[in-house]
Amino acid sequence: MSTIQTQGTEEVQPEEVHPDVALVNRAREGDTAAYEKLVRQYDRQIFRIAQHITQNREDAEDVMQDAFLKAYEKLDQFQGNSKFYTWLVRIAVNESLMRLRKRRTGKMVSIDEDVETEEGSMPRDLADWSPDPEAQYGQSEMADILRKTIQGLPPGFRVVFVLRDVDGLSTEETAESLGLSIPAVKSRLLRARLQLRERLSRYFRKNGKDGAK
Amino acid sequence: MTCSEFLAQLDDLIDDHVTATMRADLEEHLSGCDHCVVTLSTTRKTIEIYRKHELYTLPDTMRERLQKAILDRCKKC
Repeated sequence: MSTIQTQGTEEVQPEEVHPDVALVNRAREGDTAAYEKLVRQYDRQIFRIAQHITQNREDAEDVMQDAFLKAYEKLDQFQGNSKFYTWLVRIAVNESLMRLRKRRTGKMVSIDEDVETEEGSMPRDLADWSPDPEAQYGQSEMADILRKTIQGLPPGFRVVFVLRDVDGLSTEETAESLGLSIPAVKSRLLRARLQLRERLSRYFRKNGKDGAK
Repeated sequence: MTCSEFLAQLDDLIDDHVTATMRADLEEHLSGCDHCVVTLSTTRKTIEIYRKHELYTLPDTMRERLQKAILDRCKKC
């Protein structure tokens, strides 16, 4: 059995002061250079999360701007008992859902949408993958496959997977960012991972491509 | 241990959040179940591939434009 990966970010103990807190405190006093550092530190992640939820580049750009602006306006409300990034992600997720709602002409959109599906709760494709599945595809073809595959997940699974497995947030931080319970995050993560695995199997299984594209 | 019971522990196993006793039980199941070996290895690979490939990049020019727009708006607050 191969070694087991360790994931997630290191948890910050309550008595430790996260470096972002000093920047937040300076920004609260009107130091925009301090806030600029926070923007530069997290803009790529916020853009990525927004794009994963909205699936629209223009919306993701708008969400990124609005999330940082809203966070700046609400800095006084940041308690410091969570990480600044976790707090910022929560704002960005809410902004993203609002954008999605606008695109769907007012239809309610929530992080709970479409999560009742039974798909992915039990693996069906049990074929092993080729030893180096990525070698079968070029860089841009690979990116297309990964985008198409993750876009097929319900938003509530997609965002949990991105925060936990791509961004490296802990289960607790993910729950806090999304306003979900820890069991809900765990359940969604398992199903997201299994659904992605199942869908990628069509491309990566041994015996080559099967025409799933 | 059944495959369903193994699956219930899959995330904790991948995330290295299992006790030594549970790990031993899971490894025992894996030693006799090729299906769960495949599920574990391909799920790990799924996570690894998504971590490795940046799907939505922000080009430097756009990044600078957005950063400037954000900070300009903040300064007007």
